[in-house]
Amino acid sequence: MLTSLLDGLFDGISIGSVLLLAALGLAIVFGLMGVINMAHGELMMIGAYTTFVVQNAFKSFGQPWFGAYIFVALICAFFVTALLGLILEKGVIRHLYGRPLETLLATWGVSLILRQFVRSVSWVMVLGLGVFCVLYFGAMAILSRRPNVEKIRGWARTVLIPLSAGIAWSAGNMLGQTYQLAATKPWFGAQNVDVTAPGWLRKGIKLGTYQLPYVRLFILVLTIVCILGMYLFLQRSAWGLRIRAVTQNRSMSACLGIPTERVDALTFALGSGLAGVAGCAVSLLGSVGPNTGQNYIVDTFMVVVVGGVGKLVGSIVAAMAIGIANYMIGADALSPLVSWFPQLAAVLQFFANASMAKVLVFALIVTFLQFRPAGIFPQKGRMVDA
Amino acid sequence: MITDSPPVKSSSAMRRRSLVIEGVIVVAISLLILFGAPQFLTAIGQEFRINMLGRFMALAIVALGIDLIWGYTGMLSLGHGIFFSLGGYALAMFLQLQLPEGQLPEFFTLFGVDKLPWFWQPFHSLPFTLMAIVFIPATIAGLLGYLVFRNRIRGVYFSILTQASLIVFFNFFNSQQKLINGTNGLKTDTTKIFGVYAGSDQAQSVFYTLTVLFLVLAYFLCRWLTSGRLGRLLIAIRDDESRVRFSGYDPTGFKVLVFAVSAGLAGMAGALYTVQSGIISPKTMDIAFSIEMVIWVAVGGRASLIGAILGALIVNFARSILTEQFPEIWLFFQGALFLVVVTVLPGGFIGWLRNEGQELFRSLIGRPRRVMTYPSLSEDPEVEYERQNLRN
Repeated sequence: MLTSLLDGLFDGISIGSVLLLAALGLAIVFGLMGVINMAHGELMMIGAYTTFVVQNAFKSFGQPWFGAYIFVALICAFFVTALLGLILEKGVIRHLYGRPLETLLATWGVSLILRQFVRSVSWVMVLGLGVFCVLYFGAMAILSRRPNVEKIRGWARTVLIPLSAGIAWSAGNMLGQTYQLAATKPWFGAQNVDVTAPGWLRKGIKLGTYQLPYVRLFILVLTIVCILGMYLFLQRSAWGLRIRAVTQNRSMSACLGIPTERVDALTFALGSGLAGVAGCAVSLLGSVGPNTGQNYIVDTFMVVVVGGVGKLVGSIVAAMAIGIANYMIGADALSPLVSWFPQLAAVLQFFANASMAKVLVFALIVTFLQFRPAGIFPQKGRMVDA
Repeated sequence: MITDSPPVKSSSAMRRRSLVIEGVIVVAISLLILFGAPQFLTAIGQEFRINMLGRFMALAIVALGIDLIWGYTGMLSLGHGIFFSLGGYALAMFLQLQLPEGQLPEFFTLFGVDKLPWFWQPFHSLPFTLMAIVFIPATIAGLLGYLVFRNRIRGVYFSILTQASLIVFFNFFNSQQKLINGTNGLKTDTTKIFGVYAGSDQAQSVFYTLTVLFLVLAYFLCRWLTSGRLGRLLIAIRDDESRVRFSGYDPTGFKVLVFAVSAGLAGMAGALYTVQSGIISPKTMDIAFSIEMVIWVAVGGRASLIGAILGALIVNFARSILTEQFPEIWLFFQGALFLVVVTVLPGGFIGWLRNEGQELFRSLIGRPRRVMTYPSLSEDPEVEYERQNLRN
């Protein structure tokens, strides 16, 4: 019985570590800006697809190199999603500060667009988007040198957007007609794609009757590295200090000369990058599809809610607790423990599958919030609306 | 001596007059939809859109509920799919039980259940079902709301919790094959109601009429709730809850009440939608569907009941037409809709009509712009910029 409990504990921890990795970026961003990023799951998905692309690129290099692709993929995933996050922050979220509910809806819109984008991205689409960006932003850049830029901006937008969209559209169409399928075929399509873990990750350590897969260990180590990195960054670097200051009191930090806008952008990019790393880790566990992000998103939200705002420790404890509780209840590891109390055991058995476990865990979370409404480690302060 | 009783009297008289005018307009429009729209749609050869219109009007009832809690009270619920589906399931269960004595609905035999589960029993009775459609969702919302609001959990936290409860209900309904037919859901169009198949034209036209009727009733209910003191209190809670608390009110009770009313409306809408679409399944408890409900309200215009109805109808018709034409592109459009409405048109269609629309109209007929007064000062880009940089 003890071994089964230990097995359960370890599996719970490894589920919790994936959750933690996914929630880390979300929690930092939420703590700083009070913004829940509904597109976080889709950023994870983009990270997973980046891993897929990198893997395919490394396939041509042959064996010794292929084993190392995962490290390159981690770095690529981080930077691709960080860049995407930066664009998202500069393009959308910056305009919605102070309106968290609207931001939630806007990021949901982004997540819809990203999901469909992954399904239908093709050379035609990439080219069209590129042409549009070059035309529109190029024209805006040229116009911004004129002295009367404030006056003509609205007018320029109404003319330039349809114009460049039209040119991009017809350029894409022409390309599609010339090269036919080679250009219009979606890169990934709607089906799931598979990322093969490198050979050295596919085995596991034997622990008695239990096989400890290396992949899970790898993710655990990755999570620890990420947390350590975040901790060092937040506690030891100048930008980390600024982030902490803005998290605690935005207006006071602004008064003291901290560039809060840049801090916001940096934090958002960092959080998105962490989502990319999480996506890379998730891709090792199973196949990756356009809806991958959706499977994790609600659990990661729960981690943020339970953990409390802007505290790394809170996120760690919450992720582990939710991961372990989910696994223990779902795999029916607890009912033998309470065999002396058959009614409780029967209740636990009723909840003993992956989806019913979520029901019970949610009930536990709501109960927990009755006692600690602001999470495990709430922000201390004298605000009315903490 | 100055007394302000005369103006108060006259303003209340004026308000009564404008209420009467509004009532007449609403009744006229509903009569037009009731009798005119089916005729018109049949005349242009689009009969299938009558059913669609009926379903979308059922969705407009949910939008009214969402407008009550989001537009007026400022709580963004992402879990209204729960209440919608509960209403739908309640009616579907009643319809499933319209069988000869001692017979069980078909799917039970597939999963080897030979005794009706206990919670199906009360659904034999019509009055209970009709009550259940509204009161089960309202009770669940009240309970959840009480647990959440009592601790002053709100804003994004509340949204996330409602979304999580949505997932919980989805998992429950999706995985319980033996109790409520799991993923497949309950079909209603092949069941009989009062001796007529619920999918037949005759029954459907009754449902259409009922939907229009209930939409009008729901509209008047929301109008009544939001126009009096309660409505002003709700807006106060939305704009500054702490201040309301400091003034001696306890917002918890009001928030629970509004949440429950809105859930009851959603349940009613769910039942009307279910009988017109012929099936209820856990799909209506999708995350996406519940968030879409919010965007209907946002498109129409928050804090305006007409806006909620208009938004639900416009977005759903646009959706059905666009998905017929370009099945792949709809998600792009939907995403863009979210982005544009939230960033560029925060007041929605009605809000635009009230502000920019009026200005545009005035400038078109050669009248000068209205003078900016204090309320519009808060929309001044420069002031807005200052405020964003020095938030709080």
